[in-house]
Amino acid sequence: MGEDATTTNASNLTHQDDILRWIKLGVTSHSSSEAWDAYSFETLLECLKPIRGLVDEKFQIIVMNLPPNQKVTLHSLHQSEDKDFWEAFGHYISDEHGSVTGDKDESFGGTYEGIEPMGLMWSMRPIAGSRHGLRLHKRDIFTPVAVQISVYSGHLFHGFSQQTPPVTSVIERWYIAPGVKRVSIKEKEVRGTLFLPPGPGPYPGVLDLWGTGGGLVEYRSALLASHGFASMALEFLTPENLRLEDIDASYFEKAYHILKSHPAVQWDQLAVLGQSLGSVITLSMVAYARVIKPQCCVCISGSHLMPFDKSLSEFFEKIEKHADKLYVNEDNQVICRDLILSLPCQILKVDVGGIKCPLLLVNGDDDQMVPSVESAEDMEMMMEKAGNRHLLEILTYPDAGHLIEPPYSPHFCATNFDQQWTKERIVMLWGGQTKPHAYAQEDAWKKILAFLRQHLSAM
Amino acid sequence: MRTSDGPWIESGELHCSGLIEIERKTWGEALDLSSGQDYYDLTKTVSSERGACPLLTVQPSRALMDEKFQIVIMNLLPNQKVTLHSLHQSEDKDFWEAYGHYVSDKHGTVTVAKDRCLGGTYDGTEQMGLIWSMRPIPGSRSGLRLRKTNVLTPMVIHISVYGGHLSQGFSQITPLATSVTERWYVTPGVQRVNVREKGVRATLFLPPGPGPYPGVLDLWGGGGGLVEYRSSLLASHGFASMALEYLAPEELRTAEVDVAYFEKAYQILQNHPKVQSNRMAMLGLSFGSAVTLSMAAYSKVIKPQCCVCISGSHVFPVNKSLFEVFEDMKKYMDRVVMNEENQVIHRGIILPIPSDPALKVDVGKIKCPLLLVNAGDDQNWASVESAEDMEMMMEKAGNRHLLTVLTYPDAGHLIEPPYTPHFRASNFILQDLKQKIVMLWGGQTKPHAYAQEDAWEKILGFLQQHLYFSSKAKL
Repeated sequence: MGEDATTTNASNLTHQDDILRWIKLGVTSHSSSEAWDAYSFETLLECLKPIRGLVDEKFQIIVMNLPPNQKVTLHSLHQSEDKDFWEAFGHYISDEHGSVTGDKDESFGGTYEGIEPMGLMWSMRPIAGSRHGLRLHKRDIFTPVAVQISVYSGHLFHGFSQQTPPVTSVIERWYIAPGVKRVSIKEKEVRGTLFLPPGPGPYPGVLDLWGTGGGLVEYRSALLASHGFASMALEFLTPENLRLEDIDASYFEKAYHILKSHPAVQWDQLAVLGQSLGSVITLSMVAYARVIKPQCCVCISGSHLMPFDKSLSEFFEKIEKHADKLYVNEDNQVICRDLILSLPCQILKVDVGGIKCPLLLVNGDDDQMVPSVESAEDMEMMMEKAGNRHLLEILTYPDAGHLIEPPYSPHFCATNFDQQWTKERIVMLWGGQTKPHAYAQEDAWKKILAFLRQHLSAM
Repeated sequence: MRTSDGPWIESGELHCSGLIEIERKTWGEALDLSSGQDYYDLTKTVSSERGACPLLTVQPSRALMDEKFQIVIMNLLPNQKVTLHSLHQSEDKDFWEAYGHYVSDKHGTVTVAKDRCLGGTYDGTEQMGLIWSMRPIPGSRSGLRLRKTNVLTPMVIHISVYGGHLSQGFSQITPLATSVTERWYVTPGVQRVNVREKGVRATLFLPPGPGPYPGVLDLWGGGGGLVEYRSSLLASHGFASMALEYLAPEELRTAEVDVAYFEKAYQILQNHPKVQSNRMAMLGLSFGSAVTLSMAAYSKVIKPQCCVCISGSHVFPVNKSLFEVFEDMKKYMDRVVMNEENQVIHRGIILPIPSDPALKVDVGKIKCPLLLVNAGDDQNWASVESAEDMEMMMEKAGNRHLLTVLTYPDAGHLIEPPYTPHFRASNFILQDLKQKIVMLWGGQTKPHAYAQEDAWEKILGFLQQHLYFSSKAKL
């Protein structure tokens, strides 16, 4: 066919061709059993709703016009920005009307089981033969996560690429709602990205701090802005021209001040949200409350056992001194939590009794990186003594790991990690089991949004 | 800071959730910011007083063009007057807007799908009124038409809530809340393929997945060019749809466009590896309908499973080159008139419907189901009269059972995919004469919007019935 070479794909997915090629590998004729002849493409497409949604939005999947009591496999496929393929699948049996309904029917096996309407998202893992230790992290938040959803005949465990599914649909999940604006922050030496909701504002502000993975991670802030918060993702490990020695309390205070004085931000409705190292910094800054005095804080997978009071280089030096307490298991995965527990903490703990605003702690009890649960218990005791216990709320998720991210992103028990303090690449164990971790992400996100709304609207 | 007008809501009385907007105004009246007061200064003083935060949600925020959305406003005062406003900047940089006046219920809520709009660019209970009643803002150029050229990007619409019942000045007033919604012409995974083969110029849209799919050859009308948005929507509903360009003065001479051109295009589509060769349809609008009917009746190559003709006629068969067809039509140009507003009314050109069979497509020869979609106020083609004549011809020939006719009262000629704004008249360039005129299409806005929504549903249903669910192809 003499087509022009120009083929453009919808949904800005440049890997779509790759996916289609992958699906067709080794197939000369597609399955043509009588059962599928009456199958309408329309039925699957119409029954994936919403076909474009935010990443934290559930989708409804209904497959119709199947023969009754037919074994089918629902399969999801995604190609990441790093070009790796991720997939998930569930085994279903159509009912007497020939339908499979994601939020009512059970998956009998696959990468997830039970009644799990979002299982095709959160149970994704790299396909067989992929590189090890992968993690799914969206960098370009202006393009969606595109996932191909297919229906196969029978209960398959592998070989999805060798068969042509009778029906395929593509869904998109976006980290950013329409109209959200992205503003690059480059003021003095502070580097970050501010996301503003649509409309005139002003909006409550959130300072968003990630962990030791480093860089500028934007997707959570983009999502928060999609929910009405002016959210600033801050880069502190380490932006251009800055060294770890330069990242001290004043860096964060400057960042907070930039957010607070932005004309689109409501200066007296601010929160700080930290994760992992970001939580550690949050607790330190807020407890000593010199400049950073938010209306509320959220700390995910954090600890008060490692105060941040000078610079990041000094912070990492302290940890380095106890590196012998880093435990490496039989799978060569590094476990950090014992190191932190071994720190001489009595004199060094963050004085959480000094915190004056509501504080939400979100922890996974299988956190292998930070002893967040033990820390939370200790913080509770300290705040009880200091008389500010009423400000504290703790959410502990059984069998969830360290990386509690926005909902439906896959769970990673262990991934490749570039250690900041030794510049070594290791495999870090985060912990958690897939299903409880998925539940934790979904529930925690709902509760974090509710907590922020509660404290950033009423005075 | 307290103003003298209206009551304040004490903090804590209304719970704020979701999209948070600080209420800076007194209730019931829009604050006049045109005095030049610095907006941000105002918020710094006003924000120390607490008001409620109206919550505006538009769901889904990203949808297909033919999908409905739900607009709900919450956290208003009970029985509060508000104006819902939509704003869009077209690819040509013109601004389009619509608005409706509502009054919140006793819970302080407005639900557009259930509540009555009391006035504005639409009224009544109209879930999608904010889109289909859009028109160019005051001061715009005249005779505009809203048509998407790049179908891979969405139409972006700003939806805002204003205090009070406003009819103008929206750009000078700060809304209570704003949400942005995207309307897409493609579903994720649809592939766009440029087709330039054997002199045929077209764009093919393929649904996601390996296929194969039923094929639809999609023809627009005398306006010419390559119009992609209907095909991209059809692909979003599971049809491999090819938008064909056949009137392109720079690239194609009308003397070169004849039956062979359309047959080649049809074959290109039919032979595509992802198209089911025995599940094909032709869909034409306006002059494209004449082409469709002619091919279905006479072509030995084009034998679709079904056809759809929108706002068309069987008069002036396309059994020669377009150049010759247009020469034939010129003979009747005296029947084309202009009204007092200098708008061209084209419908008379085929009236009265000729009785001479040489001047009409012999629709008695059509062997596949045929759906006619017509507008009762079509000022461009006498499609309703043509349909009546076609029905008689088919009755005589014994194939009347293949015909379905949908006629929409008070709709105009341009029956487009749903929620596209209605244009009673718009700028048009007459092909051969290269003359710029204003063409009258006809129709009233609300009935036209209804026609577009209902017709699209029926067209999709018709295509699905004949291309998906019916037994194997036979003619």
